[in-house]
Amino acid sequence: MMDFWRRFRRNRGAVVGLCILVLVLLLSATASLLFPDSPWDMAAAPFMPPGEMGMLLGSDSLGRDVAAGIAHGARISLLVGAVSTAAALLIGVTLGAIAGYAGGIVDDALMRFTEFFQTIPSFVFAILLVAIFSPSIGSIVFAIAVVSWPPVARVVRAEVLSLRSREFVQAAEVLGKAPLAILLTDVLPNALSPIIVLSSLMVATAILTESALSFLGLGDPNLMTWGFLIGAGRSVIRIAWWMSVFPGLAIFLTVLALNLVGEGLSDALNPRLARRRA
Amino acid sequence: MAFSRRGLMAAAGAPVLMRVADALAQGIQPRRGGILQTILTPEPPILQLGVNNQGPTLVAASKMFQSLLTFSPTLEPIPVLAKSWEVSGDGREYVFRLQDNVKFHDGTPMTADDVIFSIMRFHMELAPRARAIFQMIDSATAPDPLTVRLTLKQPFQPFLLMFEVTACCIVSKRLFDGQDFRTAPTVQRPVGTGPFRFVEWQRGNFVRLERFEEYWKPGQPYLDGIIYRIVPDSQSRRLAIETGQVQMTQANDIEPFDVPGLRQRPNLTVETKGWEYFSPLSWMEINHRVAPLGDPRVRRAMSMAIDRNFITNRLWFGVGKPATNPIASTTRFHDTAVKIAGHDVRTANQLLDAAGLRPNAQGIRATLKHIPLPYGEIWTRLSEYLRQSMRQIGIQLEMESVDAGSWARRIGNWEYETSVNFVYQYGDPTLGVERTYVSSNIQRVTFTNTGGYANPRVDELFLAARSAADATERQRAFTDAQKILVEEVPQIWLTELAFPTIHDKKLNNVITTGVGVHTSFDDVFLAG
Repeated sequence: MMDFWRRFRRNRGAVVGLCILVLVLLLSATASLLFPDSPWDMAAAPFMPPGEMGMLLGSDSLGRDVAAGIAHGARISLLVGAVSTAAALLIGVTLGAIAGYAGGIVDDALMRFTEFFQTIPSFVFAILLVAIFSPSIGSIVFAIAVVSWPPVARVVRAEVLSLRSREFVQAAEVLGKAPLAILLTDVLPNALSPIIVLSSLMVATAILTESALSFLGLGDPNLMTWGFLIGAGRSVIRIAWWMSVFPGLAIFLTVLALNLVGEGLSDALNPRLARRRA
Repeated sequence: MAFSRRGLMAAAGAPVLMRVADALAQGIQPRRGGILQTILTPEPPILQLGVNNQGPTLVAASKMFQSLLTFSPTLEPIPVLAKSWEVSGDGREYVFRLQDNVKFHDGTPMTADDVIFSIMRFHMELAPRARAIFQMIDSATAPDPLTVRLTLKQPFQPFLLMFEVTACCIVSKRLFDGQDFRTAPTVQRPVGTGPFRFVEWQRGNFVRLERFEEYWKPGQPYLDGIIYRIVPDSQSRRLAIETGQVQMTQANDIEPFDVPGLRQRPNLTVETKGWEYFSPLSWMEINHRVAPLGDPRVRRAMSMAIDRNFITNRLWFGVGKPATNPIASTTRFHDTAVKIAGHDVRTANQLLDAAGLRPNAQGIRATLKHIPLPYGEIWTRLSEYLRQSMRQIGIQLEMESVDAGSWARRIGNWEYETSVNFVYQYGDPTLGVERTYVSSNIQRVTFTNTGGYANPRVDELFLAARSAADATERQRAFTDAQKILVEEVPQIWLTELAFPTIHDKKLNNVITTGVGVHTSFDDVFLAG
């Protein structure tokens, strides 16, 4: 573990990313303490520039506090990112592992199925799904999970395929271990590092996708999210720049942080690769 | 009420009523020439009135078609294709004398035959709104080619309001008779009697109209043509008017939040008049079948939780005004003395306590679903505002986003709890207000009494006002109805909507009547 942390620390960008991420997590955890009122409350006059009337980051077209919106929105954005990534991992890892381990017809069938999803442009597909199931937090998480599992399945399959022919797996087979047990105890733990790296990037993509959906008005109308803030501010950007700039910065920093952390994780988990790059 | 039968006869007696326009333009000599560039949003599917009656179609087609009358901002009739008219003492017979020398764009003269065809066949078949009224016509005859006599089965005082171009334009009998009205070839190249004739329509790009040389008013129109550009993005439309690429915008072209900025431009005029004939009234749509919305105390409390000044000033940036009762202040028979209770959160909470709707531990008395009107961002903001207002009195609104088609279907099928709606009033409560409140109109159709409000006394009053031939009698019935409705708040009225018409100061006589940008523009001119 200490070794892992040392290698992670060597990538300075990753440390910066981790700091930002911790700050965002702290912000979302303390949102209710920092801004006890609902972010939808009209707390000031509309279109107050940052700093006026106690509005740290200004107020929006209904006089709602943009800072409160960002703090409460952090919670939803992170939640959507985490839950949809977990769901995508569940589908992707299961299908990928089965395909890679079973091989043959099963592999073919599962990979053609995966390719079917990969051929549809993912964002358009997400819009379609949300529009069909009517926008709510559940349908958004579902849509993001459905469009983001194919790469996971691909990566896991490739890993499993290469691990499958290793001696220790063959040894386990000779010992008479059940295939499922081999897959769970011998193969998957060794395929974990690319999955971890991939999932950190998937969280970032999920946050971006949710924001893009909210921006287009397909967000959950009862939840304050960053995408909603930008979408609501876009049309009045000439009157109130702060309405879109600050939530935009929040998304930018969070996604950047997640990408940096992902890279750091990749370096830490694949030390040989990292050294080569350096 | 200024509208009485005697007033009508007087107007009909005058040879040519002086147009408000003429008065406005005094001092500036109308100038011939110039092409007006303007915008149409969104692009209409077809430009034949009757076949399509959507907003953008009305705007552009009203330059090519005309009706017998138009209406002043106070809804007095103004002659257009009818030179004069008389109404019999019992209110059942209407005689219109037509202008001489009126020609259609194909060069054929317009006669009483075309007028009768338009009323009794064309609009009767195509327009549900016209059909409901024109069914009352017992007989339509033409004693001579320039006279039309209509006899009604019963007196119907708002009858004349139907002879406005957006309700009943005059089409050529020769071009439609014996064909399917919706697919006749002329539908693709509209032919009317208006001052501008159809030339070209490049889909997704522009519609071009040209001055009609044989127009019946000598020397008019002043403009050489009108070009309606199709610009789908609202910020591009704003830029187009700012930079002078177009000289005029109307209806939904400019978003309300862009209006304050454009008001400050020295070369532009921002008008919000010219919607009096339509008088759109917005409200929070209530389904009375859902508890606790059937209780008038609950609806009154909800109404009191809303600050209508905030809505008009902050959301609509001062375009439009707060609603005071179910009849808009620009519609006939609006009673200024009858007002809904004002913004008062404390009394609203007391009312809900009295109605037995106690808050639970989280301070919530009731949870209701809410469908925002999917007509653009401002309506979403309005619903967000309503949600916060209802919060103050412990009513939680849960929003559900739907698209425009689903919205209309859900409202029409009564599959909603609360929503937002706005409806045109067409000048007279019998034409545009009655339909929302009488129990005989509780139908599974959008824009009927979808809320399911029923009060026998209100039914009686609207019926009395419908069939009375006398304006004072009608006023009495409408005032009583307004008094009951502001107590029972069947729908929670929010604002009297208006749409900004923004034009270059060089453009004269734009808004002169109660139908605003839906006049023929035969007197509009560009000063040098």
